[in-house]
Amino acid sequence: MLLELEQLHLAYGRTEVLKGLTLHLTRGQIGCLLGPSGCGKTTVLRAIAGFEPVDAGEVRIDNRVFSKAGRTVPPEARDIRIVFQDYALFPHLDARDNVAFGLREGRRRERRARAEEMLAAVGLAEAVRAQPHELSGGQQQRVALARALVARPRLILLDEPFSNLDVELRERLGIEVRAVLKEFGATALMVTHDQHEAFAVADEVGVMNQGTLQQWDRPYNLYHRPANRFVADFVGQGVLIPGHVSAPGKVNIELGRLEGRLITDVEPGTDVDVLLRPDDVIHDDDSEMTAEVRYKVFRGAEILYTLRLDSGNRVLALVPSHHDHRIGEQIGIRLDTEHIVAFPRATAEGAWCPTEPPA
Amino acid sequence: MTWPGGSRWLKRPRLSAGPLVAWLIALPVLLPLLIVSASLFAAETEVWTHLRSHVLPEVIVNTLWLVAGVAVGTALIGTALAWLVAACDFPGQRFFSWALLLPMAVPAYVMAFVLIGQLEYAGPVQSWMRAVWGEDAGLPPIRSRLGVILALTLVLYPYVYLIARNAFATQGARALEVARSLGLRPAAGFFRVALPMARPWIIGGVMLAMMETLADFGTVAAFNYETFTTAIYKAWYDLQSIEAAMQLSSLLVVVVLVILVLEQLSRQRTRYTATGAGQARRFRLRGGKALAAVAFCMLVLTVAFLIPALQLLFWSVAHFDGLDARYLGLAGRSLSLSAMAAALAIMIALVLAYAVRRSPGLLAGLGARVATVGYAVPGPVLAVGLMLPLVWLSGVLQGGADWLLGEDRIIIALQGTLLGLVAAYIGRFLAVAYNPVNANLLRVSSTLDDAARGMGLGPLGVIARVHFPLVRGGLITGAILVFVDVMKEMPITLMLRPFGWETLALRIYEMTAEGQWERAALPALTLVLVGLVPVILLTRRLDDGGGQSASEKRRPANLESAHAA
Repeated sequence: MLLELEQLHLAYGRTEVLKGLTLHLTRGQIGCLLGPSGCGKTTVLRAIAGFEPVDAGEVRIDNRVFSKAGRTVPPEARDIRIVFQDYALFPHLDARDNVAFGLREGRRRERRARAEEMLAAVGLAEAVRAQPHELSGGQQQRVALARALVARPRLILLDEPFSNLDVELRERLGIEVRAVLKEFGATALMVTHDQHEAFAVADEVGVMNQGTLQQWDRPYNLYHRPANRFVADFVGQGVLIPGHVSAPGKVNIELGRLEGRLITDVEPGTDVDVLLRPDDVIHDDDSEMTAEVRYKVFRGAEILYTLRLDSGNRVLALVPSHHDHRIGEQIGIRLDTEHIVAFPRATAEGAWCPTEPPA
Repeated sequence: MTWPGGSRWLKRPRLSAGPLVAWLIALPVLLPLLIVSASLFAAETEVWTHLRSHVLPEVIVNTLWLVAGVAVGTALIGTALAWLVAACDFPGQRFFSWALLLPMAVPAYVMAFVLIGQLEYAGPVQSWMRAVWGEDAGLPPIRSRLGVILALTLVLYPYVYLIARNAFATQGARALEVARSLGLRPAAGFFRVALPMARPWIIGGVMLAMMETLADFGTVAAFNYETFTTAIYKAWYDLQSIEAAMQLSSLLVVVVLVILVLEQLSRQRTRYTATGAGQARRFRLRGGKALAAVAFCMLVLTVAFLIPALQLLFWSVAHFDGLDARYLGLAGRSLSLSAMAAALAIMIALVLAYAVRRSPGLLAGLGARVATVGYAVPGPVLAVGLMLPLVWLSGVLQGGADWLLGEDRIIIALQGTLLGLVAAYIGRFLAVAYNPVNANLLRVSSTLDDAARGMGLGPLGVIARVHFPLVRGGLITGAILVFVDVMKEMPITLMLRPFGWETLALRIYEMTAEGQWERAALPALTLVLVGLVPVILLTRRLDDGGGQSASEKRRPANLESAHAA
């Protein structure tokens, strides 16, 4: 294990920000903390970097304790580099000197040469002498990445690295950043509130809420096998439909009987809420089961329909966009679930808000 | 039938009054500057020959030493305090962050006479030293180059402090974190990152302090330290030579212009993007370092504010019969004069701001720049430069009066009237009123106008219901700042006042000249109390969000936008 956070507690005054957070990252792995704003994810980064002392628990890197209650190794002694949300390039230095700033050893000329190599590696060979304000947002971001990588630190932290960029740029840069990090074999931890960014960059993603880690898993599993209602809600779209577990692997809902592997641990005989993703509901003109189109959102290749069932419950369906139906029309649907995500109804944590446009 | 460009061709070119208005308002500054500059090439007079060989060398050397000394002093003290307060955490940090602005309330000439009164040979400090250590004990003479530099540094460091603190607050703690995340120790982070990033701001603040030093009259007069301003006054008052006064003024204008240009250049560099507004934690000082920080802040605050304020209080109480009808008369004249100038300045500032807003061309903007350049022009220069236009205007009016009423029925002499005095105040302090007003008006986007018009408001309705509520804060701020500045103003009042007219500042000048510190104390205490008002305004604004800075006091508006970025 390269990075180990054990039972981390941290409070600002009386507000507890981290409540027993545990997280492990192996060498060469890219992790990501995903969560709504205010969930404490940036605080985790600052605690790892050494800017925030922890109240309890430990931050260990390479089996060495860097932070624990009453002891904080100063940031400059940690060999960790950060890519800040606003890149934090020094406005009084050009791109090359910004990158060279990350190097502590060697003569100035050598440092500059290595900085130039690094800038070339992130595709900025042309912009070596540019002042930060002359660079576009994406370019500044790559300079910041180069500055973080140039000294080959043991760990790189990325704080919302794409939030200041255009939406179209984000995904492309996400892929680029991942490629660069992998090329250098870097171990990195990123935080973001955008799941697409998280999925584009990270090997494993942790969903955070209110100072604790809800689930740490591959993106596929976060989407298809969410550990709890919060993760199910935060990652992807979908609705919860009431159901009843009749037998192991069999759940009755108003749309019929679902058969498949139950992801969560539910005894037969319990009432549950079943997660239906938009891609679980298939439009089929031949199906006898129908639902009424209430809303539709055109998304180019697909249309996202909000459908009303006879009971009044709603489901979402993602349908190829040449199936263009009018609002109020009854359309045939069927279910296609490979595995079943069901949460016991008794454990409802707060109200579940189905993803639906406002009425 | 239409043809390309046809409609534009048919439109009459729009004549705008904006530039004309702006340049008219610029006259009280522009005329003196032009007249004074012209005398740079004026013929040699006997007085000038005398001054050039006997006075000028000393004046130049003195001025250079003074400006350099104050620049170094304010840069060191202001930057160090700003860094401590903006980026570090130590006991009392919040208190010091506003308390260190208090010396701004002390007029420099007040600081001067308090220092002299305390530290001169017959003063309490040296008397006490002789009593304890015998007759040989003592301090080096306070009426010296170092003494003047000390007095001016103590009251002018807040300019640097305020601007540097703003720069450090927006980027300092954060820059330090970035540097540390890149492996730099905190001290190295300060010198290699935070300081270079804040340099343009620090230089800007030092330039302001230098301009104030060049414009200073009362302090150097109290110390008998001959600089340009006192030399101008003497040439005019003692030698009765307005030509020589103008020639000296022209040299001073050259020096001021150099610094002004440098200041503008440094300000342009403050526009570069700051290293973001991400969260950062102050660097916590512990143990001895925290103690040293507290001690340093406390020392500056004590020497620059607490001791002078207590001393003034002590003298005022010891000389309590100073609170007589004469004092009330002085205070009344000071108040009414300041109120008049403030009201006029704010109205003119508003007109100027609208003129620029309505005609966004280069011409009007340049006019506004000239109209507000007075904050850099020393008072004696303005006073000397306004004499000729006032005399000429009097002549014209006299001619008109003679023609209308007959020969010499009334005598018109604008020099030495309140009109001339107030015109000079406007020239000197218009920027102080204009900056807050204009900054507020700039916030009113033209789309806001359009939106209001679209909702059925006429042009006057827009001004009354949209602009006025948004600009009101700026009007009040500007009026208060002008009011206080006029209250403290010394050389213009001294040179252009109506005969026998006295104010609080002039009373201080006279009593200081006679070494009667106790008699000067009550008027001085009054000025300090009045001077606290803008300081309180400033601290409240900084607490609100810290977006703006000393700029409101002296600097034209574009620094604000840089800080807001």
